[in-house]
Amino acid sequence: MAMLSVVDAHKRYGRVEVLRGISLEVAKGQVVVIVGPSGSGKSTLLRCINHLEPLDSGRISVDGELVGYREKDGGLAEDREPEIARKRAAIGMVFQRFNLFPHLTALGNVAAGPVWVKGTPREKAEGEAKALLDRVGLSAKAENYPSQLSGGQQQRVAIARALAMQPKLMLFDEPTSALDPELVGEVLEVMKSLAREMHMTMVVVTHEIGFARDVADRAVFVDEGRVLEEGPPSQVFDAPQHERTREFLGMIRA
Amino acid sequence: MLAILLAIDFKPDIVWKFLFDDVIIEGAWVTLQVSVVAMLIGVVFGGGFALMKVSRNPVFRGAAGFYVWFFRGTPALLQLLILYFGLPQVIDNQQFTNELTAFRAAIIAFGINEGAYMTEIVRAGILSVDTGQMDAAKSLGMTQMRAMRRVVLPQAMRVVVPPTGNEFISMLKNSSLAFTIGLVELLGAAKLIYAVNFRFMELLVVAAIWYLAFTTIFSVLQGEVERLLAVGDRERPRTFISRTIELLSGKRGTEMV
Repeated sequence: MAMLSVVDAHKRYGRVEVLRGISLEVAKGQVVVIVGPSGSGKSTLLRCINHLEPLDSGRISVDGELVGYREKDGGLAEDREPEIARKRAAIGMVFQRFNLFPHLTALGNVAAGPVWVKGTPREKAEGEAKALLDRVGLSAKAENYPSQLSGGQQQRVAIARALAMQPKLMLFDEPTSALDPELVGEVLEVMKSLAREMHMTMVVVTHEIGFARDVADRAVFVDEGRVLEEGPPSQVFDAPQHERTREFLGMIRA
Repeated sequence: MLAILLAIDFKPDIVWKFLFDDVIIEGAWVTLQVSVVAMLIGVVFGGGFALMKVSRNPVFRGAAGFYVWFFRGTPALLQLLILYFGLPQVIDNQQFTNELTAFRAAIIAFGINEGAYMTEIVRAGILSVDTGQMDAAKSLGMTQMRAMRRVVLPQAMRVVVPPTGNEFISMLKNSSLAFTIGLVELLGAAKLIYAVNFRFMELLVVAAIWYLAFTTIFSVLQGEVERLLAVGDRERPRTFISRTIELLSGKRGTEMV
């Protein structure tokens, strides 16, 4: 069964229709890369998957469970907040601008979810957090605050923070777009190891074509709120079927 | 010119004599108590109503909006008079009237009034925190309330403290309004004494010295609180006390947190 299933998702902000019937399936352990022009709805799609934004219509389920909604009288009704929060906890998210908690150390950031959401005893949570920081190569920075870390280090802490909740699915919203070019590699390396060693199910919005070729099982090109084409990265990037895809790829390669 | 200077009638020894006079000390103590307790009420009300104002529930938002509108929109003195003279007339209950001393009325009225200002200050603090913080907290599975308490409010505090210090200093001074309902606070005590001895200037100087002493002490404390809250900054601001400690312990230079 699909780990993530998005069926005919629609979302509009006022008069702007951002998602116009997107559908997407991601199997367990798969890595799917979403590419597309700015404003095409990629980020909105990720935010709808963990219900940071409610859908207007369509349905999204993770591991067979609807996110943010429940069946009611043949339709869907929005879940209550604790239920939404519970489902979100199983979906990790990494943001373009890291969004680390500035008042907590790297260790505190990683332990935040387990301690405050799951009620894990602090000592145990911090032990696990140390192991995760080690995983992303930052065990030496455990006591540092985000302001004392480089962008690449902050993003690696953010990945560890999301992993601490032992998510079934990880969403990456342009995780390297806010980084200086020389720091992009270290973040992509961590993401690659998640895919290869942990077999994490991942949906990654990115412009890093090299990463996509390397790790992705599938590439999805989104334009104007719809999936224009999808397939193996080699096919989408080397032999795109649509003019729009060719145009876009030409622009990001230039 | 010289004649005017020679004719100056100001006796510093009278200032000195009354600076620690029992009535003045008593008044200063009343001012301090009213200000501190009313400020605490203001902070609690401000926190609560600010949360209501940013909530998605329209009833909460409306109630908080009305509170701010009314208590910020009328003079504090008017609210004090309503509470102390108006309500006992309307309620007409002997026990209520007896229990409502001038001291209590001042604390309650100033506290509720302050709450309206604190509501806006706390709300501004909450709005100053990047929305990405709420997104990140929610994506970890925190509910709105938990994210507010653990992630947003601790960061909002940094923005809230400086104007709160301002509010407290205003409170110290404006509490002198309570003399209108017969509460002998610091300025009131000075007035009572100069009404008898006619040494207006000396007694006013005495009151000024006490107000300045209070505001100075609280400004220093505020600096310390701001320093504590600067956790996570590359460089914590240094304060009078932290610098003194550095100087005494021989440690210099910037401290990395």
